[in-house]
This record gives sequence, structure tokens and C-alpha cells, in this order.
Amino acid sequence: MLHHIEKTLSPRPLPSGRTGRTVIENVSRRGFLAGAAGFAVALQVFPADAYVAYKHGGLTMPHGVVNDPHVFVAIAPDGTVTIVAHRSEMGTGSRTSIPMVVADEMEADWDRVKVVQAEGDEKKYGNQDTDGSRSLRHHIQPARDIGAAVRHMLEQAAAARWNASPDDVEAIGHEVVHKSLGLRAGYGELAEAAMALPTPPRDQLRYKDEKAFRYIGKGAVQIVDLHDITSGKAIYGADVSLPGMLFAVVARPPAVGGTVKSVDAAAALKVPGVVRVEQIPGSPMGSKFKPLGGVAVLARNTWAAIKGRDALKIVWNDGPNAGFDTPAYEKELRASVAAPGTPVRDQGDPEKALAGAARVFVREYYQKHMVHTPMEPPAALARVADGRCEVWGPLQSPYGARLDIADYLGLKEEDVTVHVTLLGGGFGRKSKCDFAIEAAHLSKLVGAPVRVQWTREDDVRHSFHHTTSVERIEIGLDKDNRPVAWRHRSAAPSFLSTFAPDKGVQHPIEVGMGLEDMPYEIPNVRAEQCKAMAHTRVGWFRSVSNIPRAFAIQSVTAELADELGRDQKDFLLEMIGSPRQLDWQAMGLAQPMWNNGEPAEEFPFDTGRLRGVVELAAAKAGWGRALPKGEGLGIAAHRSFVSYIATVVRVKLLPDGTVRVPEAHVAIDCGFVANPERVRSQMQGACVFAMTAAMHGGVNFENGAVQESNFHDYRMVRSDNFPEVVHAHIVPHPFAVHATGVGEPAVPPFLPALTNAIANAGGKRIRDLPIGDQTKA
Amino acid sequence: MVKLRINGVEQSFDGDPDTPLLWFVRDELGLHGTKYGCGAGLCGACTVHLDGVAVRGCQTTVAEAAGKSVTTIEGLSTDGNHRVQVAWRELNVPQCGFCQSGQIMQAASLLATNPNPTDQQILDSMQGNICRCGCYQRIVSAVRHASTGA
Repeated sequence: MLHHIEKTLSPRPLPSGRTGRTVIENVSRRGFLAGAAGFAVALQVFPADAYVAYKHGGLTMPHGVVNDPHVFVAIAPDGTVTIVAHRSEMGTGSRTSIPMVVADEMEADWDRVKVVQAEGDEKKYGNQDTDGSRSLRHHIQPARDIGAAVRHMLEQAAAARWNASPDDVEAIGHEVVHKSLGLRAGYGELAEAAMALPTPPRDQLRYKDEKAFRYIGKGAVQIVDLHDITSGKAIYGADVSLPGMLFAVVARPPAVGGTVKSVDAAAALKVPGVVRVEQIPGSPMGSKFKPLGGVAVLARNTWAAIKGRDALKIVWNDGPNAGFDTPAYEKELRASVAAPGTPVRDQGDPEKALAGAARVFVREYYQKHMVHTPMEPPAALARVADGRCEVWGPLQSPYGARLDIADYLGLKEEDVTVHVTLLGGGFGRKSKCDFAIEAAHLSKLVGAPVRVQWTREDDVRHSFHHTTSVERIEIGLDKDNRPVAWRHRSAAPSFLSTFAPDKGVQHPIEVGMGLEDMPYEIPNVRAEQCKAMAHTRVGWFRSVSNIPRAFAIQSVTAELADELGRDQKDFLLEMIGSPRQLDWQAMGLAQPMWNNGEPAEEFPFDTGRLRGVVELAAAKAGWGRALPKGEGLGIAAHRSFVSYIATVVRVKLLPDGTVRVPEAHVAIDCGFVANPERVRSQMQGACVFAMTAAMHGGVNFENGAVQESNFHDYRMVRSDNFPEVVHAHIVPHPFAVHATGVGEPAVPPFLPALTNAIANAGGKRIRDLPIGDQTKA
Repeated sequence: MVKLRINGVEQSFDGDPDTPLLWFVRDELGLHGTKYGCGAGLCGACTVHLDGVAVRGCQTTVAEAAGKSVTTIEGLSTDGNHRVQVAWRELNVPQCGFCQSGQIMQAASLLATNPNPTDQQILDSMQGNICRCGCYQRIVSAVRHASTGA
């Protein structure tokens, strides 16, 4: 998401120029293939204005998007179509879905398509920073362009071969046919001539009618790695080896900014298999993704490295964050929101309206720092030799990693190659390439390939943490109990502190995640950010600041509904108000909403769509129905990553206070859907991920050090208690309604839907996360 | 020198006999389908079969496997078409896929001893295997599917 943030801090010149690649190799010229052609059903295609190329945020990301078929598609003489996946795969399915869009638009047979993973090279492929629920949102349109261009080129090549007009030939089902002459030629035999043609301009392209899609929107294509995953052949970060490779495990300072005072490596070096012990220099706060520093044990295998590390005797210098304690910091955050902060939105006259309100309803919500804990802990392999560096790893932003590694090693970008393995989960952790830099540093130091393996303890203790926050909301009511004023104060350490010296101020992106864009139709609204200094590495975590914002806003809505004796769903709809497009000027903003980087004219915040998902989820869940004692429904809605989601959770509260979730209904309006099967899997997964965040997600710092270490004390939702049935209700749209985010937006509304359901089931009103044992009191 | 069978092949190991099976199969034999997720028997990503029964590869030493038969995901079936693997594909279970070897090995072990588990038995048997992507709904369905075809 945020590799590009630094550009606003320390502009880096954007490289210019793109290089193509040779796409056809060893093509044997094959003779004219005439045949008694059967006549395929005409494919319905429309000129380029069938859909107007719309503006989207991908165009303004670093290196934008690339829609050149010569970069992404190769066709072998046997007809095998190779499509490059340039986004990293961490479980959302984009490595399948984007090539599937290309294949469909080019009329390729999916069974004859091979997907290969791009190296980190944004000058060639366009933006590869796989984060922010952007892969389909930004790349579905270029994928259609690529497919349509290849189809056009194949038709041109066939027409030239047959001396026919291109208007009389048609690419369909992996071949080009000339109907009246009864000719047909497979993609393989046309490949060389077709791919030698220049890329046609977009206005010459014709696009498939949506009704003619074979794969797009059907959900029948399985992920390309399915067989490898289920047979143990899929390659993740720790699964690449090189001859002579050493295995490294690193001891890092307990508190961020700490350094090695002294190390006694004698015992470690006696562990059989341990080869060397080396120090990694540390980095102060604000050093982006540079390593934390520490002591590395390099060994002949992972087990020896782990045992060697256990045997190290290290004395640490504390560093500036050794006083960081979670309970004290919570108090600091609560004190921060007790006083006015810096306004980020000022609509109407909220101060006057609050002062004049018949009463003011105030609630405060708290969330602790969280850790991503992808099932694959960070791991990467590097080989530095002869002035070059080659890296293999599960990297969400492979090109960003390439630049960071080059910078760290003092190499030129072109001397660094980054290969992307599958990611065993990412959730934002693997946007940060510190583990790959560690591997590169060590490889350079020891002159051998080095694979760095983070243990789970390392992952939990040395994360780039999801922010911790206090969100305080005050709602002024008039004498008729109508909300007339809203004031939201947020105190949360910013991920900006990871990129630059900390000022305790949130980045516009964080402000843009539910603070400035609160959609309720209330005349007087003020949003403020209150100072909060970071004392650990703050990163981003699936859904980022939307999590505490949705939790606060959707909790206070339900709480106020209860207070007023109103139905929570009806009151939520009333607060959202009339169907309309939010207008930043009328909202009292100084500039257009961040809007996840999307242009408002193409991706407006439409409260009608938010209302729509609320009504859909409520209807599907049977909102209002009678439930057995100890059960309750909770509802919450939130727009994030430009998608509208409402979730209804059904909670069953057991007599001992255990929270069970027999069912959840997720209504998602994410515009056009390329792969509904993967959208459903993301909805199911998001509910589990969010239930973990709600129930267990929180680490505690003491003397600057995370106290939790592994899954026994940093717990995960497991198969013995998870959202058992998640119904995903996808609002159908044509392509004209732009595709928006899927990977993240279902997380935020789940948390307040769950806590609202707990309260409605007769349990405690939860205002502090994680829930932990609060329902058992 | 410890001798044991891995996926039907005799192997010997003269390293530290306390080395967990996980690291033996991964680092010595290059069988990377068995995953490291926690090293503490808490997540199940390293699940393998010891004489047909699911164990955590990170909690079972090479010495404990001496003379026994170990099966990893690579050896579960010669063509990758064990009924659990097939069910996993039919139900499109995986997201990132990292935990799935362990999930599949756990499920295969369950079905080998209990061909028709109840839903509760499935949940209980699988609760040691964490899936951070949250594929549980499909995992449970796939175990049931592999068991009953339903």
C-alpha cells in the first residue's frame, strides 16, 4: 500500500521508459492450415466505446498500469498461452483472476493457459505493490485491454495470411476463423506473425460483450496453484534453496531502537552445524523497512541456527522505546482524545451544536496493537555475488523490495533481481521487506547464499504492528433526540513513524479510512486527530485504520439506538440518511476525500449503495426475527477500499460466556465482479480473520518488548470456534460499475457486528478490544 | 545413526537425533511440502504421519521416528489424488495455501482411523490446525466430502 508514501517525503525520481520483452521463441513457421472449418458462433464484440476507459487510482500509482500485450502475453507454437501475473499472490486469487480476465478477453482456452510470475520490475509491468485491495480494482481494465489487443493482433495476422479483410475474420475459442472462406488457424500457428505486430491503439480494439464472457463473472475457474498447494509442491519463501546456502536465524532487540551492547557467541558456535555468528546493524525508528538489527546465527540447517540462537548470550542497550508499556500508553491515548486535536473535518458548527445540544452521548473505543501472523512467517533467500544481488521471497511489493535492497547494499537497481514466491499469507506484513534485506546483508557479509527464517516468536515480537487507538465519539442530540452534532477524535500512532521522524500525526490515508469520510447525514460534524507518538514499528494490517473506525462508529450507532429505544438497523439507515453522493466541500473538508486514491467522479461515495448492503444483509439474515435466549444478531456497515459492506453476525452466548458465531451474512457491493468464487472465499476468510482480531487480537508491551510470543498467547480463531457459515451476498453489477476492493473491506464491519450481537445476546457491551475474557466476567 | 522410512524410502540421519522431523524432511531431504508455522505444536502446518497417525513434525524428533514410517504430503499419494486432496480441490478450499499440507495430512489421518466422522469429530480433529486465511468453513466441508461424498 504505502511503498509510495516515501515519495511524498523524499521524492525519488520516477524512472521513465518501458521495455518490452521478446515473447516468441523458437517459433517454427508452419504452413497455411486450411480446413473444412466448422462455423463457430459469432462472438459478440463491441468497439472500444463499449466501455469508456475510466480513470482509476492505478493510473497514478508509481509506474501506473501497463496494458501492453507484448509485456504480458506469449503464445507458443503449440498454442500454449503464457500470461504473466505481476501482482503477488497471498491468497486472494489475483494471480488467477487477472490472467483469467486476459484469457477471456483474448478468447483463449483457459486449459491452454500457463501463468508465470513476474519479477519485481515496475518499469516493465506497472505497479506491483500488492496491497490496498487494488489488484482487480486497478488491473481489470488493463487486463481487458491486453486481451483485446492480442485478439486483434491474432485477427490481423490471420487476415494477412489469408489475404482477407480483418473484418471478415474472428478470433474465437483459441483460433481465428474466416467464416465465408471456411478457414481456421490456431493461436499457435498465428503466434509469431501476430506477436510481431505493434500493439494496436486502444481505440482500434473491440471488447467482448459481457454476455460473451466464458470465465469472467462465472466463478468456475480454479486457482492456478490449486494442484500444487494440495500436493505440497507450491513454492513459498522458505522453499527455495541454492547450493552452499546457509540458514540464518536472527536475535533482534526486544524494544525497537535497541542495540547490541555485547554478545557472547562461544556457546552458539559450539552447536553442531553452526557456522558463523554475525551482527546486523540496527536502524533508528523511521528507517522504513531497514532491519531492526541484532545478531545472526548462520548454520547448515534451520534447526542448528535456532539452537545456536538459543545459546547466544546478548546484552542489549535499551534504546528510546524501553519505557513503552501498554497500560500506560492506553491512558496516554485516552488523555489525548480528552482534549481538542487537529481538525481534519469541520462541517457546520459542531462546537456550537454540541454546546447547544439537549444532551451529548459519549463513547470511547480502544484497540491494542495487533500482529498479522501470516501462517508463513517471514523468510527470504538472497545471493549477493559479483556486485549483484538476487532475492527470492514472499514479497507483497517486489519492486519496492528491489529498490530498498539496492539502496541498502549500495547497488544499482538493475543489479538487483527479486523473484516472488507464493506468499503464505501477507496481510500487510510482507509489504515490509526487512527480512529480505537481512538475507541480502548476511549473504554479502559471508559470501554465500543465505536464507533467513523468522521464527513465530520473531514474527509476534518484531512486527510492523497494526496501530493501537482510542476513538472517542460525541453525538449531540436535540430535544427530540435527533442527532445534530458529531465529534470524532482519534488518537493512534501513525505508520508515518516508520518512514520519517515521528510527529505523532496521522497520514491522510489513515485519516481517510473512516475518520474524514464518516457518511452519516448529520448537519454538524467535526473530526479531529489527536497526538499519539509511536513506540514500535507501526505498519499496516489488513484493512488498516478502517478497523478501529468501523468498530467505533458502528458500535456507537448501535449503542445510541439502544439508548433511544430504536431498532439498530433502522437507526443505522436513518443515520446514513438519504441516498446521495458525498460532497467533500459540503462535508467541511479542506480537500477531496482520500477515497482510497480513487477519483471521486468515477468512484463516488454513494450512500445509496451503503444503504443497499445494509438492507440486503438485514433481509438475508432475517433481521428482527425472534431468537432463542442467549442469541443475538448484530449489524454493521462500512465502506472501505471503495467497496460497501454490511455484515450481520449471529452470536450464541454460552452460559460460561463463550462467544460462538453460528452464522454471518455479508452483503458486498464491490462493483463488477470478475471472480465471484474468490470473492466468496474472501468474505468467508475475512470473517474468520476479523473474529480473531476481535476476540484475541492484541499484543501487550512491557519495557518496550512484546510479551506474547506464539499461538498459545497470541491466539487465533480455530476450527473449534469460528464463523461456521458465512453467507456472501454479492450485489450484481455490469462492468460499467467499476470493480472495487475485495481482500480487505469485509474485515472492519465484522468486529462491531460481532460486539453488537454479543450485546444483543445479553452479553457485555464491548468497547475495548480484544474481547478476550470480557464476556466471561 | 538413525534409520527411518520417509515416504517409503529408507533414510538415515547421523546428525543431532533431537532434530525435529520437520527440519529433517525440509532441510536434509528437500521435502518442502511440510511447513514451519510455529515450532511449538500450536498450528499444525508441519503435520506428517508417523506410522499412519498425524503428528506435529516440529514436536517429533528424528530419534522418536527411528525404525518407523513417516509420510509427508509428498507421499500421501503417488499422483496427488488422495481422496482428501481431491475433495480439497473440488471445494476450492485453499486461499494462500500455506497451511493446507498440514490440514490435508490431519484430515487424511482422521479419515484413516474414522472413515465417517461426525461434524463434531471433524471440528475436534482439525482444531489444532490454524488457517489464518480463514478457510475453516471449506476445510470442514471438504473433510465431510472426502468422507461421505456429500
